[in-house]
Amino acid sequence: MTPKYKFRVPVYAECISPDIFSGKSVEEILALKVWEGNKNRSLGDLFNVSVEKESGEAEVVIYLSGDFIKVRRVGANMTTGKIIVDGDIGMHLGEGMRGGEIIVNGYADSWLGGSMKGGRIEVKGSAGDYIGAPYRGSKDGMKGGTIIIYGDAGREVGCLMMGGLIRIYGSVKHFVGINMVDGTIVIHGDCAGKAGGGMRGGRIIICGHIPSILPTFTIEDIRPSVNVDGEKISGPFYRFVGDVSDKGEGRLFVSKEKNPHLSFYEKYL
Amino acid sequence: MDLLIKNGYVFDPLNGIDGEIMDISVKDGVIVEKVDEHNAYVIDASGMIVMPGGIDIHTHIAGAEVNSGRLLRPEDHVRDVEPKTPLTRSGVGYSVPSTFTTGYRYARMGYTFLCNPSMPPLEAKHTHEELDDTPIVDKITYPLLGDWWFVLEYLRDRKIEECAEHVAWMIIATKGYAIKIVNPGGLETWGFGGNVKSLDDPVPYFNVTPREIIRGLCMVNKMLNLPHTIHVHTNRLGQPGNYITTIETMDCVKDLATGDKLIIHITHCQFSAFKGDSWANMRSGADDISKYVNAHSHVTLDMGQVIFTDTTTMTADGPWQYTLYGISGNKWVNHDVEVETSSGIVPFIYRRKNYVHATMWAIGLELALLIRDPWKIYLTTDHPNGGPFTEYPKIISWLMSKKAREEILKKINRKARARALLPSIDREYTFYEIAIVTRAGQAKALGLKRKGHLGVGADADIAIYNIDPRKVDPSNDYKAVQRAFSRAAYTIKSGEIVVKDGEIVNTLDGKTYWINFEPTSQLDPLSNVAAELKKRFREYWTVEIENYFIPERYLKHSASITVRPGV
Repeated sequence: MTPKYKFRVPVYAECISPDIFSGKSVEEILALKVWEGNKNRSLGDLFNVSVEKESGEAEVVIYLSGDFIKVRRVGANMTTGKIIVDGDIGMHLGEGMRGGEIIVNGYADSWLGGSMKGGRIEVKGSAGDYIGAPYRGSKDGMKGGTIIIYGDAGREVGCLMMGGLIRIYGSVKHFVGINMVDGTIVIHGDCAGKAGGGMRGGRIIICGHIPSILPTFTIEDIRPSVNVDGEKISGPFYRFVGDVSDKGEGRLFVSKEKNPHLSFYEKYL
Repeated sequence: MDLLIKNGYVFDPLNGIDGEIMDISVKDGVIVEKVDEHNAYVIDASGMIVMPGGIDIHTHIAGAEVNSGRLLRPEDHVRDVEPKTPLTRSGVGYSVPSTFTTGYRYARMGYTFLCNPSMPPLEAKHTHEELDDTPIVDKITYPLLGDWWFVLEYLRDRKIEECAEHVAWMIIATKGYAIKIVNPGGLETWGFGGNVKSLDDPVPYFNVTPREIIRGLCMVNKMLNLPHTIHVHTNRLGQPGNYITTIETMDCVKDLATGDKLIIHITHCQFSAFKGDSWANMRSGADDISKYVNAHSHVTLDMGQVIFTDTTTMTADGPWQYTLYGISGNKWVNHDVEVETSSGIVPFIYRRKNYVHATMWAIGLELALLIRDPWKIYLTTDHPNGGPFTEYPKIISWLMSKKAREEILKKINRKARARALLPSIDREYTFYEIAIVTRAGQAKALGLKRKGHLGVGADADIAIYNIDPRKVDPSNDYKAVQRAFSRAAYTIKSGEIVVKDGEIVNTLDGKTYWINFEPTSQLDPLSNVAAELKKRFREYWTVEIENYFIPERYLKHSASITVRPGV
């Protein structure tokens, strides 16, 4: 699929999903409804769609190529199949997804994998804010599945997260894991600070630099390594517990080597 | 345009018509004896039910509180979006829909008259602005007067006449319709961080008890000759063991009743009908309450039925909403409205498998089924506290079909099912009784002369539902009942067809009714009270009296009802 023109207003296209495409002919797919701003259009008005192989049984793979940055809610609630994006993709990609796989060869905008319950999202570029976070106002955080980002990410990664794994190879901005309840977030790069504010459970592992730890976290011990998904990430790491102002028992692992300014915590051990 | 509705099964309880095949004629927005068939638009209603337009006696649809609820719940809106059409405006919201959507959705169900309870007087302008933007339906609103400082002071000093004059001024000033009392005394006590524990627990500083407030305002209501009774949200709402308080509340004004006249309405009674002394042993008090109501004729109730769904609770009962926040751990709003009242909002999910929620679901239906006279209990969910109003068709099917109730009973918490009275109740409502609990009864309780019936001279607010009472057996085919009541075949408002086959075809504006008082020698609120209040506004309120009083021209379609107080 490619866009026919450059979109100026957001396009809501939750119908771009392997579950919905599966078993449909090209004509049926072109007739699916999307919202472009406040106009109800059909998919064929906005996108060129070509089908490589028309057969029922095999897993549906959707290729999106071009600038999709204004296209939101792609792959929402999908349970199976695969979406590959060559280019940038808009907000709410894979929102509420339960299974299947999404690969983005480019940038993914905010609310990537919001409230997802299963499946796997891989972003080769960077990503926006609120990764895995629920819709505004909702408490329904990410419950399962995996999000992997090879670039950087924005603020509030894994907000209200309740399960699953988020792995970021680049660096992140403030409030990673805010209000998280369970699950694991691994940051291989640096963190801008305020990690784990309001967290009640789960783990955040920061392998890079962090300017400071919130005062509502207390140091527990120093760990040589952390196990994530069967893989051993070697440290050593300072292990903090918090957020105590929320009676939280979340664990925050911070690399000792990259954060010599945190060595004063050692005297409280 | 003249209208002729032919061959429908007419259910018009106020005129005693029970499913007779009749023609209804409409001319200039009013029901008349006869119209010329050749010049009239004829609706063939054969095989359909014709009822007066629905009336909802208690539904939070407008005002500061509802709007804060909207702000609090973006996640409620994203799930339920109504796009605009050439005729209707767009809107969002499942449990707290936007104003236009509220009007359209009610009209689609055949409702044409809504009562917005709990308007803090200070927020009256906001409320009326939103009511003006609620299309199609007629509206009234009740100002909250149970914890207003002046009321508390006058009742403490036993100055009923002065109190009546102030209440009358407030009703004119806010363009209200009835006296709403929420947790009398409790809201002011909440200002001191507490709550009243019984009818005789005095309010700090004012030293007046809930019993005195209810009785005092009941006397004021009688004195002012208001068409509706006092509209009471009881003390200790939502607490186990509160059914005693509810019965005491009804009983404390019994001696003020003359003849068979109604004098008190207990609203969303389900929330006030809990037995037991903790959540673990909480059970239904519907049995005792219905026994009391069956034996007395001065009281009416509405159900406040709970629906198993994700909704938003909002009441003026600040202390109760704080408790609810404690129970749910959810986000919340609590607000103190200067000298008038408090309020609170908490999103809440009622779950089938939760013992307390399942018991509450059963209590609402038990009340409706155990109270023998349908003129005494009306169908509400206390929208959105028990669930959104769009679920009314479900409640209608539960009332009409034991089978429908059993379907739900099978799925609820096992302990709740074992303890509920509901499985032992065989009663099933008829269409005639449904017409009473959804329109005629409400019209009677509200003292509306031209609403809720189809007699000659009544306003032509009519709902036609596509269901044939001779062919469909509601107790077995309850899904057909649900379908019919959720999409009216026709809704007619003021003689105009506004809904056809469940779709809006015309978006006219309804009226806002309010009470005006004819000045008498003893009671002249506008001249006597205003001068005195003006001084006190400086001390007590953050606004000036000039900005407080709502002039009639402020309402888009004002319709005043003038009452002569009988001091």
